[in-house]
Amino acid sequence: MAQSREKRKIKQHIIEEWTGKVFTSLCIVLLVVTIFSLVYFVATKGFSSFIKDGISFGEIFGGTKWKPDGEPPLFGALPFIIGSFSTSILAALISAPLSICAALFMVEIMPKVGRKFLQPAIELLAGIPSVVYGFVGLSVIVPLYRDIFPGQGLGIAAGASVLSVMILPTMTSIATDALAALPPGLKEGSYALGATRWQTLARTVIPTTLPALMTGVVLGMARAFGEALAVQMVIGNAPHIPHSLFESTSTLTSAITLSMGNTVMGSTQNNVLWTLALILMLMTFVFVFIVRWLERRANR
Amino acid sequence: MQNIELATKDLSVFYGEKQAVKEISLDFAARQVTALIGPSGCGKSTFLRSLNRMNDLIDGAQITGEIWIGDENINDPKTDVVLLRQKIGMVWQRPNPFHKSIYENIAFGPRYHGIRDKKKLDQIVEESLIKAALWEETKDRLNRSALSLSGGQQQRLCIARSIAVSPSIILMDEPASALDPVSSAKIEELIAELKREYCIIIVTHNMHQAARVSEKTAFFLMGELVEYGDTSKMFTNPSDKRTDDYISGRFG
Amino acid sequence: MSAKTADKIATAVIIFFAGIIILIMAGLLGFILVRGVGHISFDFLTSAPQTIKAGGGIGPQLFNSLFLLVLTMIITIPLGLGAGIYMSEYAKPGKVTDFIRLIVEVLSSFPSIVVGLFGLLVFVNVFGFGFSLFSGALALTVFNLPLMVRITEQGMASVPQAQKEASLALGLSKWKTIKSIMLPIALPIILTGTILAAGRVFGEAAALLFTAGMSSPRLDFSDWNPLSPMSPLNPFRPAETLAVHIWKINSEGLAPDAPEIAAGASAVLILTVLLFNLLARWVGRLLHKKFTATK
Repeated sequence: MAQSREKRKIKQHIIEEWTGKVFTSLCIVLLVVTIFSLVYFVATKGFSSFIKDGISFGEIFGGTKWKPDGEPPLFGALPFIIGSFSTSILAALISAPLSICAALFMVEIMPKVGRKFLQPAIELLAGIPSVVYGFVGLSVIVPLYRDIFPGQGLGIAAGASVLSVMILPTMTSIATDALAALPPGLKEGSYALGATRWQTLARTVIPTTLPALMTGVVLGMARAFGEALAVQMVIGNAPHIPHSLFESTSTLTSAITLSMGNTVMGSTQNNVLWTLALILMLMTFVFVFIVRWLERRANR
Repeated sequence: MQNIELATKDLSVFYGEKQAVKEISLDFAARQVTALIGPSGCGKSTFLRSLNRMNDLIDGAQITGEIWIGDENINDPKTDVVLLRQKIGMVWQRPNPFHKSIYENIAFGPRYHGIRDKKKLDQIVEESLIKAALWEETKDRLNRSALSLSGGQQQRLCIARSIAVSPSIILMDEPASALDPVSSAKIEELIAELKREYCIIIVTHNMHQAARVSEKTAFFLMGELVEYGDTSKMFTNPSDKRTDDYISGRFG
Repeated sequence: MSAKTADKIATAVIIFFAGIIILIMAGLLGFILVRGVGHISFDFLTSAPQTIKAGGGIGPQLFNSLFLLVLTMIITIPLGLGAGIYMSEYAKPGKVTDFIRLIVEVLSSFPSIVVGLFGLLVFVNVFGFGFSLFSGALALTVFNLPLMVRITEQGMASVPQAQKEASLALGLSKWKTIKSIMLPIALPIILTGTILAAGRVFGEAAALLFTAGMSSPRLDFSDWNPLSPMSPLNPFRPAETLAVHIWKINSEGLAPDAPEIAAGASAVLILTVLLFNLLARWVGRLLHKKFTATK
């Protein structure tokens, strides 16, 4: 009797242990399978424009003319690639000094005020949906640029402005963490030598945290590069290389957003759009790779 | 001959390349307190944690040798550690009650082991608290959080929690070192009480405590067992020079 | 220029930029609320949108957003918890675990539009769920899962080792220890993170354009049978969410009051996200108090 109870108990907890292991393993397997199939599907679809439709790499990556309905149809994606890079780089350039200053303010200058006002402000910015950024960009920034500069106000400048605010929270939080993690002895050593705060920041703090600060910049840029709707709303969507920052153009994401729904799955134009998605995906790999590399440097 | 509850044979523990415990063979008798003493880092805690396979949790820890309970070598990968750990209670240096009520802290284990009857559980809770000398202080507030107790009370609760699943062996890893002197004395009284029922193995860095509570003492140094014997003899007339040095406070 | 002057100028510049950020935030919020809140009324929140006439509402979109959020979280939470627990408790350190971490990081960095395209290909076409709430929920799950895994891992890491050991030493199985001892302690962190993640789901649009679709059928709010095509509860109907709606009326809105509707809808979206933020803080504090209470 006692023994049979013992036996039943053994079975019960072994089954329980097994349930837990199987359930959690299944979850992780599902996650891994999802990631692999995502990469697989986007890659195969993305390559089909080269393989099935026989478009050359040179035409897509070197062509400056996007005329899918033309005779013959032209699929030069260079304007989109240039549009994506210029908006995201410009956004990072605007946002980097702002975010680093914000982090310095919160960690070094006025931690109390920073925590009370700046921190919540930045957390809130992080929570605002991208379509809202797009909407505000369209109703405030675009008219503003239209009044000041020649052109319609739409374009790279408007896109970068909107994006720079969007990526501010990412960059700021990483910069803040990096600065806060600095050993106190480092700064004290500098102050002990009679350096002013700015000298300490410029000569000791910023150089030491540079890899981490760069990580934030790259992550911000990655987010800007992949953002679709907010950019699409303010970029103008003309498929050509612009002559100024205030002239309508397109990005990879805006081209996909705009045309994917209007093309037939399997058509040449549709396949080329998937190639654009493939470029986005490959750039994600590049960004993750750079971030990992920077993190290794930061930990050294 | 005394009844041997637990015995190790050539027990070694490796952390990666480093050997923390070196081929220890020791017998632990039932209804007796054995103290493991030695300077910090001597491997006594690591040895203790091997006895209920707690070192399994540490990545890279490797344990060789044999640990016998009855006719079973429990240092076997096939051993069911869940069942094993029901037979061996454990108390840590810092009290670690669950973030639950006092009642739940004690009822949690027995309920898991199949006791669903509320009356029976009430009875176990009461008996365990009485054995741990905590009943009088807590009987009116069993539903309050265990974290509302003082440090010494929390430690006695942890002891009550471990005896609630009716083990035969209790491992204690410096159970009184994080407590004030009064609470510490209470724990020692409790150990003296508990040894009438359990085989107790206690790691301590407090020489006086070892002398007060234990029948047998084992002295560890750099992962090796230097000397083992009756506590009274160890503290008055140790046979090894190193034991003498340690006990008389020349190092450690 | 002396070192002291340089220090003063630098400090002023830093404070100036910090001020600018607060101004941007205040301006952004102020703009949306001033333009939008006036437009919010019970009628606006409950009535259906108009295509070319003024006076349309956002009722169905609001409902779709909430329903989609619930669907997504029902799928995401168990999966994310499971995967997160695996990573923090079962995964053995080594090459495989490192690799899983890497690809989860990659997934969390994918642009949401790419996740949306994957959803279009796999959930909408291959699995045949069509443009539907269900496809949308799956796409959002893919998009949200890495975050959920990270939140769970953080939560589990916050559990003191001593708690885990105490439970195991009592002879409890690992799974029981995880469920009954570790998860309750990790709950404040997990719950706070989950609510913030929910806010993100609520505002997401790019992943939904090609999965949940850009239109809603005429919903019959008296029909609550999940299987009938007009029922709001049918998960296999297309559904335009609030965020998608904002995008759509901005790029192709024909109604004369499109800007006002966009502003009103944006205000609703922002207020909801704000609500999620406050809720997360409040729940976090409440649970923290409950678990560390001395009573």
